[in-house]
Amino acid sequence: MHSQIRPAIALLAIMTVLTGVAYPLAMTAVGQALFPHQANASLITRNGVVVGSEYVGQAFTRPEYFHGRPSAVDYDAASSGGTNLAPTNRELVDAVGERTRQIAAETGAGRVPIDLVTSSASGLDPDISPESAYLQIARIAEARGLSAEELRRMVDAHVEAPLFRIFGAPAVNVLKLNLALNERAPVETDATGSMDGASAEQ
Amino acid sequence: MATDILQFLLYAAILVALAWPLGRYMARVFQGERTLLSPVLVPVERGIYAVAGKSAMQDQHWTRYALSLLVFNLAGWLLLNAILRLQHLLPWNPEGLAPMPPDLAFNTAVSFVTNTNWQAYGGETTLSYFSQMVGLTVQNFVSAATGIAVAVAVIRGFAAHSAKSVGNFWVDITRSILYVLLPLSIIGALVLMWQGVPQTLGAYVPVTTLEGAQQLIAQGPAASQIAIKQLGTNGGGFFNVNSSHPLENPTQLSNLLQLVYILLIPAAFCFLFGHMVKDQRQGIAIFAAMGILFVVGLAVVYGAEIDGNTSYDVLPIDQTAGNMEGKEVRFGTGLSALWAEATTAASNGSVNSMHDSFTPLAGLALLLNIQVGEVIFGGVGAGFYGMLLFVVLTVFLAGLMVGRTPEYLGKKIEAKEVKLAVLAFLSMPVGILVFGAVAAVVPSALAAVQDPGPHGLSEILYAYSSATGNNGSAFAGFGANLPFHTTLQGIAMLLGRYAFIVPMLAIAGALATKTPAPASAGTFPTHGPLFVVLLMVIVLILGGLTFFPALALGPIAEQVAMIAGQTF
Repeated sequence: MHSQIRPAIALLAIMTVLTGVAYPLAMTAVGQALFPHQANASLITRNGVVVGSEYVGQAFTRPEYFHGRPSAVDYDAASSGGTNLAPTNRELVDAVGERTRQIAAETGAGRVPIDLVTSSASGLDPDISPESAYLQIARIAEARGLSAEELRRMVDAHVEAPLFRIFGAPAVNVLKLNLALNERAPVETDATGSMDGASAEQ
Repeated sequence: MATDILQFLLYAAILVALAWPLGRYMARVFQGERTLLSPVLVPVERGIYAVAGKSAMQDQHWTRYALSLLVFNLAGWLLLNAILRLQHLLPWNPEGLAPMPPDLAFNTAVSFVTNTNWQAYGGETTLSYFSQMVGLTVQNFVSAATGIAVAVAVIRGFAAHSAKSVGNFWVDITRSILYVLLPLSIIGALVLMWQGVPQTLGAYVPVTTLEGAQQLIAQGPAASQIAIKQLGTNGGGFFNVNSSHPLENPTQLSNLLQLVYILLIPAAFCFLFGHMVKDQRQGIAIFAAMGILFVVGLAVVYGAEIDGNTSYDVLPIDQTAGNMEGKEVRFGTGLSALWAEATTAASNGSVNSMHDSFTPLAGLALLLNIQVGEVIFGGVGAGFYGMLLFVVLTVFLAGLMVGRTPEYLGKKIEAKEVKLAVLAFLSMPVGILVFGAVAAVVPSALAAVQDPGPHGLSEILYAYSSATGNNGSAFAGFGANLPFHTTLQGIAMLLGRYAFIVPMLAIAGALATKTPAPASAGTFPTHGPLFVVLLMVIVLILGGLTFFPALALGPIAEQVAMIAGQTF
């Protein structure tokens, strides 16, 4: 027993310094030098204001924006989470049912894509499926005064294809798409919350 | 559907193409032969041994090997516990996070020392950067190295010719880290940073969203920890939702890399085994058994998930994308199912989707992967020595059937080895069924259960399976952060780790002393299809039947209810 103490303490100390200090700090130095954008949460800045991270979803509720998926944590990026509700939990089935009926009524869609009415794993999913984006085009066309064809082209341009055309599902980054919308047809932030599209939709 | 199957096939091809050379390389490392990295690392190794005391680096009897392991793990536990309790006094805590309460610190320290990485807390809301790096990342390395060391020692026991020793623990963990875990982690961390995983000591970033709301984006030194968490089958996430978090796993490439890292070393162990026992066919046979069980599990998980939640059948929903509750769009059902199968087959426990929201049948397959002892590739080292336990039991049963003394690789498997194997095997049912049953009847423990109906029992079962199996994934609706569960699950993790390791090392020690007999006409060949099938059947019968009654009350009952349109 006694003879085990020295190697145990020595190796623990060495490995702590090596893998717990040197390794992460070296990676931090390399990351900050080689990939300064990515290593600092891939932030997006517009007019000097940090408006979000490329990869982190944010809540969109206004009619002139494409909406993301439901979030169990209301897009709180400092406390990620899913609902973790069981598939047979009435709370889940009722919530999904309510969202589905509402979207179906608003859009006239025969079938609502599943991703638009279910909560993501992280509560921060930045993406929706292309189908979920197409479904929202009519509302945005009205709110922004853009043609449906143009919006469809914008959505198509924002579909991220799977890796090697194989790995992953096609996805549309909602924040990037909405930023592109704002550049194409700016809206006054204050005026839009209560005007045109909002009342027509609800 | 077709593209999903293509994803699975391409993943398998990449995995085998990398695991084969890695197995060869690792065999050379642990046999002390020269490798590509030797010119750089041999002097480092010598320096470490000099500091740790050269006399400690001699070959060890299995009892001494086990003692070194236990002392080293105990020291690691004490250090990690101290860091978690004192994080408010330590540097790199830009968010000013408070110390962990004692029961949670006990649970977390046990969890990371035993390679479980069960997380009863949310990373970004609980842990300082110091705790993540100096506390958890270190244990990600050394607990993985511990698993690798034990597996190598057990393989030496099978390969040795009348030897007294199974190797040296200190040398094995040093080599695991220097030659295998650290270089691969550096490569992984670089790729992850390039793909958008943060690596900084800077504070969380406040942003103003397009709609004018405030959002605080958690970040930190994540990439370095995520690389080793996957490679070492640790699985503990930097953020609460683990690899479903868009900053922990932002892109398809980051997802592919992490998926490959989950199974890379476990798969390589099959080939390492072939090299060390000087018969590649033996390693390939075990790889085949693991591979087939993996494919069967994946088919069940994927099939159930792409089928979707039948509770939605009355709604106007297009469910062709599968059951998307608790899944991320970028991964879809295909890569979520593949990840879930891989992370439970291996004792990894990281997730890129929420297992709690999986359909009951898929959840059943995940539970079974853990309950059979995570021997379908399994944890780094741990999966392979776990499978060797089933090999011992298989040749024993095969021997009984034909009335011959069972042999494996020319070594007689006798009463002593079989008794030790059964002793190790028992740790799983005790931890899962006995502890789980206690948790299911103690009123204060039931507060942790989130979902009503049979799914509630599934949550308890999953929690105690994950703890005892040192997996670490969860049906995360289960609120494990209650003193009852943090304590009992901590004990389950210790049981599942050490009550398994010590008997396995004893088997290794017993086998090492034996002299292999040459194969004769009556020897049962352990490299053919018959053996592969027998091994799979033993895994399923022993693992499956032990837990079937409990599974019938949980996921099976829920599946039947779901099909009947019942909700709870």
